[in-house]
Amino acid sequence: MAATGEMKAPARRAVAPAVSTAPVTARRVLLVRVIVALAVLAVWEGLSRSGLFYGEVIPSLTRIAASLGKLLVDPVFYKNLQVTALETFASLSIGAALGIVTGIVLGANRFLMRAFEPYVYYLSPTPRIILFPVMIMWFGVGPASKVALGALSAYFAVALSTAAGMRQIDAILIRVGRSFRATTWQMATKIYLPAMRVPILNGIRLGMGTAIITVLLAETKLSNQGLGYMIMQVYTRFDMPGLYALLIVVFAIAGACNALIGKLAREQV
Amino acid sequence: MADTLVRKSSSSPSLLFRYGPEITGLASLVVAALLFELLVRVGVINRYVIPPPSDVILAFERVVTEEDILGRSGATAFEMIVAAVAAVLVGVPVGALLHRSPLWRRAMEDWVGALAAAPIVLAFPLFLVLFGRSPKTIIVMAFFHGLAPIILKTIEGLSGTRKVLINVGRSLNMTSSQMFWKILFPSALPVIFTGIRLSWTFVLITVVGVEYLINLGGLGQLINELAERYDLPGTYAAIFFVILVSVFFFILLERVELWLRPAR
Repeated sequence: MAATGEMKAPARRAVAPAVSTAPVTARRVLLVRVIVALAVLAVWEGLSRSGLFYGEVIPSLTRIAASLGKLLVDPVFYKNLQVTALETFASLSIGAALGIVTGIVLGANRFLMRAFEPYVYYLSPTPRIILFPVMIMWFGVGPASKVALGALSAYFAVALSTAAGMRQIDAILIRVGRSFRATTWQMATKIYLPAMRVPILNGIRLGMGTAIITVLLAETKLSNQGLGYMIMQVYTRFDMPGLYALLIVVFAIAGACNALIGKLAREQV
Repeated sequence: MADTLVRKSSSSPSLLFRYGPEITGLASLVVAALLFELLVRVGVINRYVIPPPSDVILAFERVVTEEDILGRSGATAFEMIVAAVAAVLVGVPVGALLHRSPLWRRAMEDWVGALAAAPIVLAFPLFLVLFGRSPKTIIVMAFFHGLAPIILKTIEGLSGTRKVLINVGRSLNMTSSQMFWKILFPSALPVIFTGIRLSWTFVLITVVGVEYLINLGGLGQLINELAERYDLPGTYAAIFFVILVSVFFFILLERVELWLRPAR
């Protein structure tokens, strides 16, 4: 039956292209992006004015823009930004340092890799925020518990990426180092670390992403400073334009940090 | 019989040798637990900061019998399943549509990538306002968090279809629909499942994380409640339980992914 059908129609059938064959120029791509962005903004404004949503759940774009402007000149925002930035930096430094050491140890030794890497691997995607009560017990309610949780988040990504990078080092480079009778320190600084620059930076990029989110989430749960705390303050006041503005800024900061380290990782040695 | 016994006894050392690293890893965990037990019991570590591991093990029974862990696991599983299935049902068609149009793909792929990297879970106060303090909020957030990897991997999988397969389809005069269902989709399925695995991992993290943050729902809420009651052994036991469930879930997804991957 199917065969009969297929025999009846071949003349009408064009050979199916896998994808559209129309030329794609940068200008057309930009045009589509602008159209989509404008459509989203128009729908947003339409919903805001429609009265379908209670109160200010969807505020108008002008009010969000006004809140954004106000936020960017508010000294309180920069004070909280500084707190979050310091917590994230501290957590990333600690997590990355421990992660690099773990990664080198696991990457260099097959026995240790088989013994301990499965634990690091399978623990890495678990929801870290649930460890926050433990961190509060260990490090108190201040910034230290946020730093510890952030460090733990960053640790797994850096450790796994470093271990994988360590195993991918070209064996020839190691043999060259040995044939020159390089010391352990020379091997580490002249061979291993330069060869692992990209995987370590990639790990740090991933670690930073999770550290930022974890620190901010911990701040929303229990804190009296930082951008996460600020988000909860704005939410408690039901200042919806302020909440949208703050989230836009936080998303932009997270995206910019991610892009910056990604760029560093892509740059050749 | 004697031969069997000899063979059995000779297999034990080789098993030990073969799985030596794994046994060492497991033994290290046991030794660490015993060390903590000792340090807490002699008072080096405060038991109100780290409870003795034996108390945590005993608390498992209490957490299971008194805290309705099955019901809570069911609530978490329900939220996860709804969000995960919705992410697949929306993500795969969107990915397929973007794959069909190179213009839309180039225009939107970076944006979808940005969505994948965006700290969506941080917007939970916003979702609370939009959807109320209900499982709906958790499901919608988990859905958005799990959507991007499926879209991206669907595009990647469909784009990676081998040219020879596409040529076979063309030579058979296949229609667009036949081309998709008989050639492109089956060929892309392993890559799409990688996206599904990533997506469902994000879904699990979001569901449990948001449950903990807003104190609503299943397993995440259980940890929050036990911590607020200052039931330390119970909190640790609940955390270990969630970690075990998560790890089991990831291993299961990995196995399915391996099973789907074509033999090379």
